[in-house]
Amino acid sequence: MSKTMFEKVWDDHVVVPETADTPAVLFIDLHLTHEVTTPQAYTELRARGLKLRRPDLTLATMDHSTPTRTEQVFGGVPIAVDSAAKQVRQLEINAQEFGVELFNLTDSRRGIVHIIGPELGITQPGKTIVCGDSHTSTHGAFGALAFGIGTTEVGHVLATQCLLQRRPKTFAINVNGRLAPGVTAKDLILAIIGKIGVSGGTGHVLEFRGPAIEAMSMDERMTICNMSIEAGARAGMIAPDATTFEYLAATPRAPKGAEWDAAVARWSKLPTDAGAVFDRSVDIDASVLVPMVTYGTHPGMVAPITGAVPMQGDAVFEKALAYMGLKAGEPIGNVPVNNVFVGSCTNGRLSDLRSAARVLRGHKLAQGVKMLVVPGSQAVKRAAEAEGLHQVFLDAGAEWRESGCSMCLGMNGDLVPSGHYSISTSNRNFEGRQGQGARTLLASPETAAASAIRGRVTDPREFTN
Amino acid sequence: MPAVKTIRSRTVALPATNVDTDQIIPARFLTSTSKAGFGKNLFADWRYDAAGNPKPDFVLNKPEAQGAAILVAGRNIGCGSSREHAPWALQDFGFQAVVSTEFADIFRTNCLKNGLLPVVVDERTHAWLLANPGVEVSIDVESTTLTLPDGTQVKFPLEGFARYCLLNGVDELGFLISQNVAITAYEQNHR
Repeated sequence: MSKTMFEKVWDDHVVVPETADTPAVLFIDLHLTHEVTTPQAYTELRARGLKLRRPDLTLATMDHSTPTRTEQVFGGVPIAVDSAAKQVRQLEINAQEFGVELFNLTDSRRGIVHIIGPELGITQPGKTIVCGDSHTSTHGAFGALAFGIGTTEVGHVLATQCLLQRRPKTFAINVNGRLAPGVTAKDLILAIIGKIGVSGGTGHVLEFRGPAIEAMSMDERMTICNMSIEAGARAGMIAPDATTFEYLAATPRAPKGAEWDAAVARWSKLPTDAGAVFDRSVDIDASVLVPMVTYGTHPGMVAPITGAVPMQGDAVFEKALAYMGLKAGEPIGNVPVNNVFVGSCTNGRLSDLRSAARVLRGHKLAQGVKMLVVPGSQAVKRAAEAEGLHQVFLDAGAEWRESGCSMCLGMNGDLVPSGHYSISTSNRNFEGRQGQGARTLLASPETAAASAIRGRVTDPREFTN
Repeated sequence: MPAVKTIRSRTVALPATNVDTDQIIPARFLTSTSKAGFGKNLFADWRYDAAGNPKPDFVLNKPEAQGAAILVAGRNIGCGSSREHAPWALQDFGFQAVVSTEFADIFRTNCLKNGLLPVVVDERTHAWLLANPGVEVSIDVESTTLTLPDGTQVKFPLEGFARYCLLNGVDELGFLISQNVAITAYEQNHR
């Protein structure tokens, strides 16, 4: 029988099948953990006298609440946020006690959890991957079934390496044509969310398919899958192919030798069979897209950079525009920019920093603009520095920091001031996401860099094409 | 997890659609390592002004919201972050059930894991509840019905296993641990 890729991965991980009354017991191949969503789970394990079942399938890092200032990461100055410092220490205690491999604050392999899994090569096709973080969907770019879970479920996986799950439905996102020069993966996923809506994927696993997706690098595919959750989807997946295998072959923890050959043979059977049926599907023409920027308070409120804030009438829409200080009909290119953030699990990889640097090289930030560049991992930071990218940012007047989630959610004190417009390569423009009263405009690294130069939302194709 | 059998309470209505978990509990409060005490920061940025004083026009600050255990929320409640701190904050404030037409997946799961009952109702019932905040309704887990003040009963979906866990106050971890033989067999077959 023909199967979708999701069905193949799901079926391969069912320990106990679901019934009308009970969900399936699903085995988890990789559990990624971090400091914010695990402490209460370890407390529960201690209270019940339970052990970590599979330390070999569990990895811990620190990313959400960690400082990005070098002096706070590497000593000399204590972590500024005291409760964050305690949370970081608690993860060290928990990892030690339960035997979890931990990349601590000063570890050269540390980084955002969704950046380091792929970098290490532990994110692999056909795996089930979970993490107490909704952007776990990122790992689906490799043909893994990867999704975010809450802290109670983190405890379930720590104790049993399994989760109770209802089988989601499938949703094909067919992306035809090719993206035009200057139009990025970020623009595509924002356009997809704009089309299907922020709850359009609820209850479904998305599979991104078609020529535009096949032409993408792994970094671009990760940007796409990362934001599946912003459409409400359980997960997003992309079929593994030669691009996937080439990426993984260069990673330290991918299988080697004969095991590699066997893995590639296995992974090559994962793509959706011809004739397999999805529960839903939608077609997108990539070739007509232009750079996209959000204007509202969720990622579905998005418009072409060449367009205007739409006219709509309902109270929720009006409230969002009032928060953003924007008017219906206002050209997107008129929106001022005070703050620029390049980083996050969406766009904090080396290629993203290269893209931003390509636009920014030889330019200065517009007067009054502040820009923060935060690499997704320490490995990304080293690679960027080896290419001199950090110097491009510093010369322009931007700050260059240590890795972490940083200003994507502002847990560590990297905040946008109230009322300021922040063009950000991150994933959420919710009210207050980057700081109380902060007004976030989501965009690609290229658009963020171009806007930094002009001090208003700017089409990056003015610089690149 | 405490057992949840029936909930009878006045409602509080928060009609905004797509209320994300960053609104329910902003990220700056997530550095706690405990589950307790999030209620005071529930909807913090909608509830308090810059000086930390309650905004009188926000629904949770109104006298009629005090003691209410049922939140009627707009469509797609709980979207965004997977933070379980969101249901912890709602429960700590005093809510025992959330009623909407649609729940974000992870939020719904997190609610059920903590005995905060997610009640999905049809659009007509939802619209009526939003238009009539503060009415007394009752929710029965055994029969999976919500009863409106005029006696109208509305069924809501709740799968058998989740219902069993709620009624008996048992959490899923015990069930998962009881599957140890099957899990071990799976591990041995998938080395």
